[in-house]
Amino acid sequence: MELATVVFYLIAAVTVGSAAMVAFSRNIIYSAFSLLGTFAGVAGIYVFLGADFVAGVQVLIYVGGILVLVLFAVMLTHRITDVQITNRAVGRLPALVVVGILLFLLVQSIRETPWRKAKEILYAPTTAQIGDLFLQSYLLPFELASLVLLAALIGAVLISRKELKE
Amino acid sequence: MAIGLTHYLVLGAILFSLGLYSVLTRRNAIAILMGVELILNGANINYVAFSHFSTGGLDGQIYAIFVIMLAAAEAAIGLAIVLAIFQIFHTIDVGAVETLKE
Repeated sequence: MELATVVFYLIAAVTVGSAAMVAFSRNIIYSAFSLLGTFAGVAGIYVFLGADFVAGVQVLIYVGGILVLVLFAVMLTHRITDVQITNRAVGRLPALVVVGILLFLLVQSIRETPWRKAKEILYAPTTAQIGDLFLQSYLLPFELASLVLLAALIGAVLISRKELKE
Repeated sequence: MAIGLTHYLVLGAILFSLGLYSVLTRRNAIAILMGVELILNGANINYVAFSHFSTGGLDGQIYAIFVIMLAAAEAAIGLAIVLAIFQIFHTIDVGAVETLKE
């Protein structure tokens, strides 16, 4: 086996393992910290796919932003000293059956479908091209994205502040 | 067998299934949001894998960046709502929160 194959399976195992911890752990704090492994593993997968800029964005936004936000929310909404189960789950068995069948069908159709193949597979720096695309053919969605982020910023502040009672 | 498109698609499908399981079974609002993040990550792997192996352009990566941006906005708003619910109901168990007002 090649070294790249071994590394791919290693990263995939880390990703899937910590995603399973997120889904099955009984403690919400373990779940939140396991998200770190999943996000970092997905960033590694992006590097394998030649998407260097997306990998950087993944680390910056997911690991640096969303994960910290989730941890803050977990810490603010639970009394850490409580030792009881903080991550209740109901209907495990039916959900497991449904999700298992769905996963089987997905994998089956992925294996059966003859996917289109690109003429050549490139491993080149992508950042400059992505910048060009954002300011040319994707200019309108790009501007809309900034508007959405501004709205989300104001909305989050407005929703989570304390009401002043007079 | 060399690592091909199928491997990445299966990885995305596994992440999607684990996220869906999390959304279906969890009663903690934050854990449900974590499940949504897993689903979005699985979808993103598909986008980038297709743009690498099938279409050859960068369009898939652009879509992945937009999805990451929307996930950030969704996390900010979702967690703000969770905090607001916690202030009112003193729990974030979605089974216990049934009304929109106090």
